[in-house]
Amino acid sequence: MREVKDRPPASGFSRRDFLKGSSAVAAASLAAQEALGQEKAQAGSQVVSGWTEITLDVNGQKQKVKVEPRTTLLEVLRRQLDLTGAKPVSLDDSTGASTVLVDDRPIEASTTLAVAVVDKKIRTVESFGGPHPDPVCSAFVEYDAQQCGFCTPGFVVAVRAFLDKNPNATEEQIRQGLNGNLCRCGTYAQVIQAALDVVNSNQQ
Amino acid sequence: MAKIEWPAADRTALIGGRITRIDGLEKSVGEAKYTYDINLDNQLVAVGLGCPHGHCKILALDAAPAQKVRGVVHVELLKKPDDEIQWEGELLAVVAAESEGAAREGVARLREALKFEELDVWVDDEDLEGAQGAKRTNKAGDRVKLEKEPGDDDDEDEFVEQEIERLFKESKHVVEGYYGIDAITHCCLEPHGSTVEWNGDKLNAYLSTQNVSGTDEGFAGGLGITADDVTVTCKYIGGGFGSKFAPDYWAIEAAKIAKKTGRPVQLMLDRDQELKLGGNRPSGYLKVKIGADADGVVQVWDSQHWGTSGPQGGGVSQSVVPYVYQPKNHRVVATGIRTNTAPARAWRAPNHPQACAMSQTAYDDLARKMGVDSLEIFKKNLANIASRQTAKVYADEMDIAARLIDWKAKWHPHGKGEAKGSVVEGLGMAIHEWGGVANDSAAIVRIHPDGGVSTFCGTQELGTGTRTCCAIVTAETLGLKVDDINVNIGVSTYPISGASGGSTTIGAISESHRRAATEALNQLCAKVAPKLEASADELEAVDGRIQVIGKPDHSVTWKEACTMLGMKPLEASASHKRGNATPLSSEGVGGVQMAHVAVDKETGVVKVKKFVVVQDMGLIINRLTAESQCYGAAIMGIAYALFEQRLMDPATGRFINAELSEYKLPRIGDIGEIVIELYEPEDQRSRGVIGLGEPPVISPGAAISNAVCNALGVRVPVLPITPERVVAAMQAQA
Ligand code: FES
Repeated sequence: MREVKDRPPASGFSRRDFLKGSSAVAAASLAAQEALGQEKAQAGSQVVSGWTEITLDVNGQKQKVKVEPRTTLLEVLRRQLDLTGAKPVSLDDSTGASTVLVDDRPIEASTTLAVAVVDKKIRTVESFGGPHPDPVCSAFVEYDAQQCGFCTPGFVVAVRAFLDKNPNATEEQIRQGLNGNLCRCGTYAQVIQAALDVVNSNQQ
Repeated sequence: MAKIEWPAADRTALIGGRITRIDGLEKSVGEAKYTYDINLDNQLVAVGLGCPHGHCKILALDAAPAQKVRGVVHVELLKKPDDEIQWEGELLAVVAAESEGAAREGVARLREALKFEELDVWVDDEDLEGAQGAKRTNKAGDRVKLEKEPGDDDDEDEFVEQEIERLFKESKHVVEGYYGIDAITHCCLEPHGSTVEWNGDKLNAYLSTQNVSGTDEGFAGGLGITADDVTVTCKYIGGGFGSKFAPDYWAIEAAKIAKKTGRPVQLMLDRDQELKLGGNRPSGYLKVKIGADADGVVQVWDSQHWGTSGPQGGGVSQSVVPYVYQPKNHRVVATGIRTNTAPARAWRAPNHPQACAMSQTAYDDLARKMGVDSLEIFKKNLANIASRQTAKVYADEMDIAARLIDWKAKWHPHGKGEAKGSVVEGLGMAIHEWGGVANDSAAIVRIHPDGGVSTFCGTQELGTGTRTCCAIVTAETLGLKVDDINVNIGVSTYPISGASGGSTTIGAISESHRRAATEALNQLCAKVAPKLEASADELEAVDGRIQVIGKPDHSVTWKEACTMLGMKPLEASASHKRGNATPLSSEGVGGVQMAHVAVDKETGVVKVKKFVVVQDMGLIINRLTAESQCYGAAIMGIAYALFEQRLMDPATGRFINAELSEYKLPRIGDIGEIVIELYEPEDQRSRGVIGLGEPPVISPGAAISNAVCNALGVRVPVLPITPERVVAAMQAQA
């Protein structure tokens, strides 16, 4: 098995450290436990089993959804709220395709339990649209940073979060900081161009 | 009457420009709906149980444990006791449930209760002798061509043997080599699958497919209905790369479950199933001896290669070995190895990337052995090529690529570059060819009295920008803007258009849309002609107006012209048949690629510093998306050259890295600088449209392997060139 050289996790997106040496399944369940642990810590030791109704704050709207403890945020977004921008690409979180913002931090909805994000502000890629799309989306169109487009929503959210944190990012930083997202069609070259364009228009 | 031809380069408004996708924003804000995104009322989620062993006999498979799981609605058993399974991952059963959690729990219960007998497994596709010993090989094909013919009295085999021996004796330079390329998977980010519903006896199938017009029959055949009762819809697809031409049995099963439960069903493969079942590219390993004259022109090639396409053996076709470069004398023998792996599927430019990686590496090793510039060897050997592009175009493209990568200044003899610490750099190149003929395609163009224009075509948006190109060609023809055209594709009830495979789509849709739009325009001009006091064939559509040719002051606006249609929209349809003579499209492209790499001799890590793609494709419809095809191909090429490989466990036949955390693909930090140069001089442009999807993905393996060899002075024989393999090759040398 080829070992990929570690990169500095500049943005906190690089999940390689976390995944290294662990199988996909172990990684997924670890993430689930971690998420549950956080939930416990914040909500007190509350025991949830079977189906319960919870309220999530998604794109500024309170949404009542039905979940089991095992239900992921991704499943709720996609199947109950029809917010299908975040994509299920793998059961582990190794591709970035299901990236959404939770309290402005990028996380993988595929390995986050729905019960763990009650009382948090969830932003999905759909909130980037509307009459005045986020400049990242427009730049993706302008530079054709998308082919099949299946990875694109996750990439858009990741780029937005990365640039919010690094508004003056250089090309090198972009190449170092967005390694959590996978594209099979090979759009990386134009993702770099698009991200740089957003940086440049910010600076003007 | 406007004629069926393309406007001259200086007379186009849109064609050849850099035009952003009409569906780009939908994709980037997550509104584009893929098969996986379809949510129908009351829809069930279905998950498959994959076979956990590479070769086994089912002893017990029981639905009951899954049926007991709360939320599970239906369990469909696909196999039964005594069935023999030939590869891991093959679906044994499908569980349909109210939620993903319940479906997965059901599958887990099935797996616990599953009993099977392990049978002998063979997954090693590189060990030819071992496979022969295990009786796992079959003859896959051979080919001999010699300049000299045997005499009437000669025994043919003996003659060939003696003649090849003589040619090697006469050769000034002889090189023997071993080269290979491991099996990889298509790894579409949207897995194979469907979302299906029945309306009475009619099936509505949302299918992740690159063959919208051709999959209704697959469903019908599998379900005992007729194709007219099936509508296949695919507005967006998350990758296909040659693996999504048919519904596959799991989509048929989804339809059966939907029928039995009376509810819509979604069944998408899980990630590991996608890698195991959803398509893989045959491996290839080749032993070769080549003989060249004093100039380095290869005169004789003698090779045998082997590999696997799965249980049938197969491997890389002998028809494209050696690749593009074809000495006048050659003998090629191919052997297939039957493995317990899922059958291979067409992967972008079937056979070509492997053939290129297994043969143009040998040409580079000739340069290494002679101690001469690889570019010179690649140029001189253009004297003997078998290609659908000309030697002159290759030579031009080589000059352009060499300039872009600064070959002259940066090239050094193999292994003789200056080391910076443990890092050495090198250059490598390769060339390729492809057909790219226009597929069958029909389209309807409708002009409405209010000026609106819509088009209908049963093609698909595979990610290549097809939807946008339909709009460009139609808008160009009607003198409108891209946004003025309402493009309708991706539904099987639209006019039939061929599958998107083999780079046949851009030609296909350019043909059908140009023809249908020209016909529509001619009809419209006939209506407008009296008002402009001219005949219809004296009119043209330019810049939102219908005018007397060259006279903007004798014109009406597009809207005005359309009101002359009265109450009824105007509709024109046209089609193109693959292979018909046409001024709009043709076939046969070349292409040259060069790589500049840095290799760390201590760690074995290879980094691509710069990668240059020079590509011809006849006439360019959309420069922006054409470049994207080249960028994407270069990156997919870097993937199979340096990262991805299917790793099989010889004891159990399990695909051990079938998750994306373990199946390595390049990330944004791994690609270096990529430079694309589209080659479109008038003598290429005038050939018309030629497909571009496959050709640029062919050369990267050989180009990168050659660059690594140039850096190290040592050949790392098998792709992907992983750090272990670099280190092993260095140690073998020392
Ligand atoms: S655009 Fe297809 S996976 Fe990224």
